[in-house]
Amino acid sequence: MSTPMGFGRMHRKEDARFIRGRGSYVDDVNLPGMLYGAILRSPHAHARIVSIDTSAALAHPKVKAVITGETLAGLNLAWMPTLSADTQAVLATDKVRFQGQEVAFVVAEDRYSARDALELIDVEYEALDAVIDARKSLDEGAPIIRDDQEGRADNKIFDWGAGDKDATDAVFAQAEVTVAQDMLYPRVHPAPLETCGAVADFDKVTGKLTVWCPTQAPHAHRTLYALVAGLPEHKIRVISPDIGGGFGGKVGIYPGYVCAIVGSIVTGKPVKWMEDRSENLMSTAFARDYHMRGEVAATRDGRIQAIRVKVLADHGAFNGTAQPTKFPAGFFHVFTGSYDLRAAHCEVTGVYTNKAPGGVAYACSFRITEAVYLVERMIDVLADELGVDAAELRMKNLLRSEQFPYTSPTGWEYDSGDYQKTLQLAMDMAGYDALRREQAEKRERGELMGIGISFFTEAVGAGPRKHMDILGLGMADGAELRVHPTGKAVLRVSCQSQGQGHETTFAQIVGAELGISPDDVEVVHGDTDQTPFGLGTYGSRSTPVSGAATAMVARKVRERARQVAAAMLEASPEDLEWTVDEAGGSWTVAGTGAGKSIQEIALAAHSNLELPEGVEGHLDATCVYNPPNLTYPFGAYICVVDVDPGTGQVKVRRFIAVDDCGVRINPMIVEGQVHGGLADGVGMALMQLMAFDEDGNHLGASFMDYLLPTAMECPSWELGETVTPSPHHPIGAKGVGESATVGSPPAVVNAVLDALRPYGVRHADMPLTPAAVWRAIKGDPIRTDMAIT
Amino acid sequence: MQVPASFEYERAESVPHALELLERYGEDARLVAGGHSLIPMMKLRLAQPDALIDINGLAELSHLGVDGDTLVIGALVRHAALLADEVVGTYFPIFHEAERVIADPVVRNRGTVGGSLCQADPSEDLSAAFAAVRAEAVILGPGGSRTVPIREFHVGPYETVVEPGEILTELRVPIRPGAGSAYEKVERRVGDWPVAAAGAYLRLDGGVIAEAGIGLTAVGAEHFTAPDAEAYLIGKAAEEAVLREAARIAAESCEPQADQRGPVDYKRHLAGELTYRALSRAAERSGS
Repeated sequence: MSTPMGFGRMHRKEDARFIRGRGSYVDDVNLPGMLYGAILRSPHAHARIVSIDTSAALAHPKVKAVITGETLAGLNLAWMPTLSADTQAVLATDKVRFQGQEVAFVVAEDRYSARDALELIDVEYEALDAVIDARKSLDEGAPIIRDDQEGRADNKIFDWGAGDKDATDAVFAQAEVTVAQDMLYPRVHPAPLETCGAVADFDKVTGKLTVWCPTQAPHAHRTLYALVAGLPEHKIRVISPDIGGGFGGKVGIYPGYVCAIVGSIVTGKPVKWMEDRSENLMSTAFARDYHMRGEVAATRDGRIQAIRVKVLADHGAFNGTAQPTKFPAGFFHVFTGSYDLRAAHCEVTGVYTNKAPGGVAYACSFRITEAVYLVERMIDVLADELGVDAAELRMKNLLRSEQFPYTSPTGWEYDSGDYQKTLQLAMDMAGYDALRREQAEKRERGELMGIGISFFTEAVGAGPRKHMDILGLGMADGAELRVHPTGKAVLRVSCQSQGQGHETTFAQIVGAELGISPDDVEVVHGDTDQTPFGLGTYGSRSTPVSGAATAMVARKVRERARQVAAAMLEASPEDLEWTVDEAGGSWTVAGTGAGKSIQEIALAAHSNLELPEGVEGHLDATCVYNPPNLTYPFGAYICVVDVDPGTGQVKVRRFIAVDDCGVRINPMIVEGQVHGGLADGVGMALMQLMAFDEDGNHLGASFMDYLLPTAMECPSWELGETVTPSPHHPIGAKGVGESATVGSPPAVVNAVLDALRPYGVRHADMPLTPAAVWRAIKGDPIRTDMAIT
Repeated sequence: MQVPASFEYERAESVPHALELLERYGEDARLVAGGHSLIPMMKLRLAQPDALIDINGLAELSHLGVDGDTLVIGALVRHAALLADEVVGTYFPIFHEAERVIADPVVRNRGTVGGSLCQADPSEDLSAAFAAVRAEAVILGPGGSRTVPIREFHVGPYETVVEPGEILTELRVPIRPGAGSAYEKVERRVGDWPVAAAGAYLRLDGGVIAEAGIGLTAVGAEHFTAPDAEAYLIGKAAEEAVLREAARIAAESCEPQADQRGPVDYKRHLAGELTYRALSRAAERSGS
């Protein structure tokens, strides 16, 4: 694959180190004299701590320190703020509130001793009744989970709504047809290949703290450490090395990070803490857990009028969701989806339960995953009610291209779209009519085949700082670009890659703007001492925000180059035009052949060339990009399944995914991200789940129980694209990292339920395991979030 | 990171040496072959043996072949080797069909037939397959070797008749001309333990069933089999109604437990459905 000058397919620059095993993850960081930490966790979902005896652990010859909540309370660090301005226990002092909660931290000379010493800590618990079923969390007499909060008398975190309730109710009151459906988007987990961990190194002499940690938001972590621990921010360096997948689960600060830091301060040695797989699944940020009731009002001839939704949101024991402050339910209120409605309204109630905190993790675009699932399931429910084809119903109600920019009933301004074209392409690729004929023939023979459609609109790239911040930090991103005298460039960006290929795509953006090869651009990221401030990578914001910052800073460099070129050419800057050909970019005097290449200009900018007044020399530039709006990628997905009625097994036969993410910087990387997201969707729809028994025992705490899909469950993905550039993004790009994870689950579920239509099954909750499908056929559906009994 | 508690490690140089090491370390020693169940249990500290005796180097336990009218499978034969062996596939398609759905290639490359049986997980696939074909297990101890019918090998979940100080050395399976066999499994995902699985073995004689074996796993079937259903089949034609009725009897005899793989009614249903499917294909494969 040859290296293109700008956008196009090129191999990922970072893969050279990954395929040689030369990546460097946090667990690869080894420092002289480093100690190892391990966390003692609660076996109970809800219990009062009566006493903690650490004496036997401290007597272990290789143990250097044992830290408890009491130790931390002495440092005012027993509790820390969450990203939703709640508080979370670092190490429990009063009560444990979920199974797997952090209780004590051992620091020892090696991993084995640290783990051995955990068994020497004696904790006496007084077990309490637990709140596990979110639907019972607000019952009278339910145990109060957050009695640490002054005056708290229930488990409600918030009531929040969006849209116009009265207008929506008025449409419903007059509607020819209404449908309603309860559905659960179950609790799932991003389950990255690399678990969380940290190496903390506090230098007592310089007072400098260095933390290596796989964080998706290194700058935000630095600021939070400064605010929480009172450490001076310029003495904190957060290094996010190579990350083995994040998906939103590595945005927040976990108790283990704080413990590693305290461990290093207490012992004076670097401390490494790496959680194991079960710890990762039990205690780090979950995703979803939305109990939803959707209602649609429509005309008899299939024109959708209004949607209203009620949500019970299970946030676990601490409200730790990472989302813009204004929006406690994330961007869920984009639930009107891709359709032209008169009115919409949603009410979301957030509750505490005795489960791990988290909330918006797993490639969900701040709850758009839940929103898209709701609306796309509801469209199929309506199609079933009306007896019309699900594709036809969507085609009829999709927004039309001339309606953009479009302001939705809940206040979103969709920047661009051409939805019918995208859906039609997906249907053409699938051979939709032929599939429906095949399905009809199979039904005659008693065979179950299903075709499911999902059309999604995403809202990504948070966001305009006026509306969007996290803990007061505005969601704008910085970028710095240095161009060396020989015309080679170093780009420094605030966001950190978790595997998306930023070192390649951002180099391609610079390459396209400056007319140089991406091979001549080095991308530096993930180290707060080396990069400008920004809010990190999640919510598909890398390309919409940091990618835009990259384009803008390159344009600044290009303008500086114009000034220098004018001096070189003894021409007026206004008379120069920028051209890029196979040889690269150059500023040329209009109408003449005279011009200077960007490399010649770079050298001259550092030379003794006499520059006009006001032109500083050098080409380096910085910028901060504050996005004017979100970007709105969209797509049409079609899934074809076969279901074995005797066993309930589902086989995904085909999956067609047409994505429109605007301009594609590197189509290969886009396709790779789509492939991953589609596999995620198959996993969530068919197998992945974190259920709990009534005592709060976690029933998915290993990969034996928490199932990730393999290649065997995935068909050969059939991808297509349409391109509707974002009108406000400098290069017309939109984020794509989460599109497939958002869009694919409803396509799979709709396909399975389409297959079950002969049995009159309108809905069944994810995951559609063989047992769940068989029980749905029997008319006795399983409640998937609780233990099967 | 999951780390096991400390333990001694010994590598056995021969079968007698392994027996000697077992005697030396006593009850809290464990043999390790593929280690794909034991090592994860140790890492989770669900198992904390004092010593591991590694028998991976014992070539004399890795034999696989036909001895007269018996298929002989050494206890250390890897799943992948059983799956790759053409003779096994010719006489006993049930083994190939079961092996194909046991875990994944990585596990099959290291995991062993004997290890799977001795782990005695109530959801283990080969336990059902060997029960269906009525294999015999050969167990060697300080006093010499003894042979145990496989249907008497398991005494409960994670428990077998192999005593501390003994080693399972091989499995012996009688080869009978004209017999057919098959294995059916439902799993939530490839590599998962079965929700339910059934193996079937049928030999027809003069158009009627002369010999029948049914193996069931993950559904609480005593000794991984269903003797009443087997007895019902003897002397009858292998036709749909008969096989359906046998499957129903087999399902009735199970005592499945609900877990996240499924509720009791579904598992019982699967026991019947999969028994029927396995019997049907075994019948198709049996001669005459």
